[in-house]
Amino acid sequence: MPEYTLRIRRYDPQSGDAPRWDTHTVDLSPVQSVLDAILKIKDDEDGSIGIRCSCQQAICGSCGVRMNGKPGLACNTHLEEAAQRGHGTGWNPPDEGQETPVITVEPMGNMPVIRDLIVDMDAVHWKKIQRVTPWLINKEPVPEREYIVPHENMVDVTQTMACIQCGACVSDCLAMEVDPLFIGPAALAKAYRFVGDPRDADHRERLHDLSEDPHGIYDCTHCFNCIDACPKGVAPMSQIMRLRRVAGSDYDINDRNNGYRHEHAFVKNIRKNGLLHEADLLPDSYGGKFNPRAVPELISSLPTAATALARGKMTPRTVLGHPHKAPPEVKKLFDTIDGKQQRYELNLYVSGYEDEPEATETEEQS
Amino acid sequence: MRVAYWPGCVSRGFTPELHGSMAKVAPLLDIELIELDRAACCGAGVIAEHNQELADTLNARTFALAQQTDGELMMNICSTCQGAQSECQERLDANTDYREHVNSNLSDEGLRYERGLSNKNFLWLLVENIGLDELKSRVKRPLTDLRVGPFYGCYIVRPVDRLGVDEEHPRDRYLHWVIEALGGTVIDYAGVYKCCGFPIITMSKEASLKQAGRHLGDAIDADADCLVVPCPLCHLNLDLQQPVASKVVGRELGMPVLHLPQLVGLALGLSPKELGMNKHIVRPTSVIDWSTSVVAGAPS
Repeated sequence: MPEYTLRIRRYDPQSGDAPRWDTHTVDLSPVQSVLDAILKIKDDEDGSIGIRCSCQQAICGSCGVRMNGKPGLACNTHLEEAAQRGHGTGWNPPDEGQETPVITVEPMGNMPVIRDLIVDMDAVHWKKIQRVTPWLINKEPVPEREYIVPHENMVDVTQTMACIQCGACVSDCLAMEVDPLFIGPAALAKAYRFVGDPRDADHRERLHDLSEDPHGIYDCTHCFNCIDACPKGVAPMSQIMRLRRVAGSDYDINDRNNGYRHEHAFVKNIRKNGLLHEADLLPDSYGGKFNPRAVPELISSLPTAATALARGKMTPRTVLGHPHKAPPEVKKLFDTIDGKQQRYELNLYVSGYEDEPEATETEEQS
Repeated sequence: MRVAYWPGCVSRGFTPELHGSMAKVAPLLDIELIELDRAACCGAGVIAEHNQELADTLNARTFALAQQTDGELMMNICSTCQGAQSECQERLDANTDYREHVNSNLSDEGLRYERGLSNKNFLWLLVENIGLDELKSRVKRPLTDLRVGPFYGCYIVRPVDRLGVDEEHPRDRYLHWVIEALGGTVIDYAGVYKCCGFPIITMSKEASLKQAGRHLGDAIDADADCLVVPCPLCHLNLDLQQPVASKVVGRELGMPVLHLPQLVGLALGLSPKELGMNKHIVRPTSVIDWSTSVVAGAPS
């Protein structure tokens, strides 16, 4: 069987010692898991390695760690796959003199380390889950018997229900890295589970709360890390975008964070111009050039604008007017589609993918 | 090769040097650009967030316009366009009924999107269609001793399944490869795959610029001469907003940020000015100094 080298980050905050890296070599099949390797090392070499684990079947969500820089469950990541991850990067340097593939195992990010690979899920993850009222608020009167929910509504929330609370998405959330108060991907995905449930009585209240919170739905920076991190296909960022869609388009919640205004200003801008006119978008995102909210923003951007004008990056013509206007066909698409009473959406998590098409001419040429 | 060329909005708006430098670099690589001048904004994820069908229709329209040309494929120079369009294309290609529905929105204009368009960022096209050996053979001024930090951003590398990042196409290594092929030195720093923060600049300015400021600071600490980005929106936060980001993170920055075609153009012998580097907010002094120091060695 092939050998793998595991570099495990060891740290005990209470000891006063700095973190260190321990290296162990294991002899295991490529399709055994990183957790198998860690448990073998614990059994054979060093029983003091701290890791949380239980089911070993990717359902309890206990064994979230970072492997070669990427978060996931140690129990459902094959050694072979972990070794391949981040190949050639700092975590997994190119094979210069290395005899065996290296897998660097670290605790998850954005959460304090309790010991070695164990992070404090309470301090960050669970607090944020509690923040979003993670239970159903019944409509009154509660039906005496079963509450019949339309099938399509239930299918709609199954994606968020697949979450096993492992924290992998929280670990690599880039918005949380700069704003630790951001409610974050796991909790917001949980929030959609109730906003998408027709039995819940407080959709508007929930959305209002999540939109008005400066660390709420409009703090997500679209980095897609949570989508790649999730071992269960929850796609938390997509759920956050759905929360925004429902808050902005169905409930017209005009939040204090400019989320609603920015979205509507953007749509209006493209409907009018076809191509984005940035000089209009900025003030419009704050409510318009003469809005008291926009004035400090516009003043603070004056030095940048002056430099940009001086360098020819912007010209008075591109700032004041826009050389491009949307063709009438584009305007018509906006009016027809955006004017529909019911939005038409495709959720690939529910519909699945049709078989790949035969290679087309363009693909062959490329 | 002839390509249906989608420059996007910002490359013709607040980063005109991007569109300009691509136009100068294309002939040097024998790329013939057929500009899609009737197409509209990809929506940058914001329109999809507002109304998915609208975003998918706008992009299906762009794809249909590209398919009407005789270009081998469609090429963009904006990661955000790549990401937003790939997301729409994923839905359109995955479901015939949905595609037909979206196509029905385009029927008045006589347009129709057929499944399977190849839409590639210039970075992918450089590696997969032109090839690194060919690129190398065209280098006139190798970027010797120029220390370049790749900044991939988000939309061009994640999610990996949608963007086709796999063992066969390690698209998350291409910027590294291109810098090396052009003769430069790749600088690894903490921000290589992080987010510039631009999408929340109007919603959460401090969090947005803290991201930009940290990555720029990390690149400075790693002794980079400049960063290179395949996305004009990253450029807005990393260059246009750099003076403000510097205040947010409380340190001096002054890190030049180049667009990918500018870096390529520099190695292909174009001057910084021809590539519009004089338009940047952070003057790429280190790059200009470097180019003048090696200009004598450049064959004509």
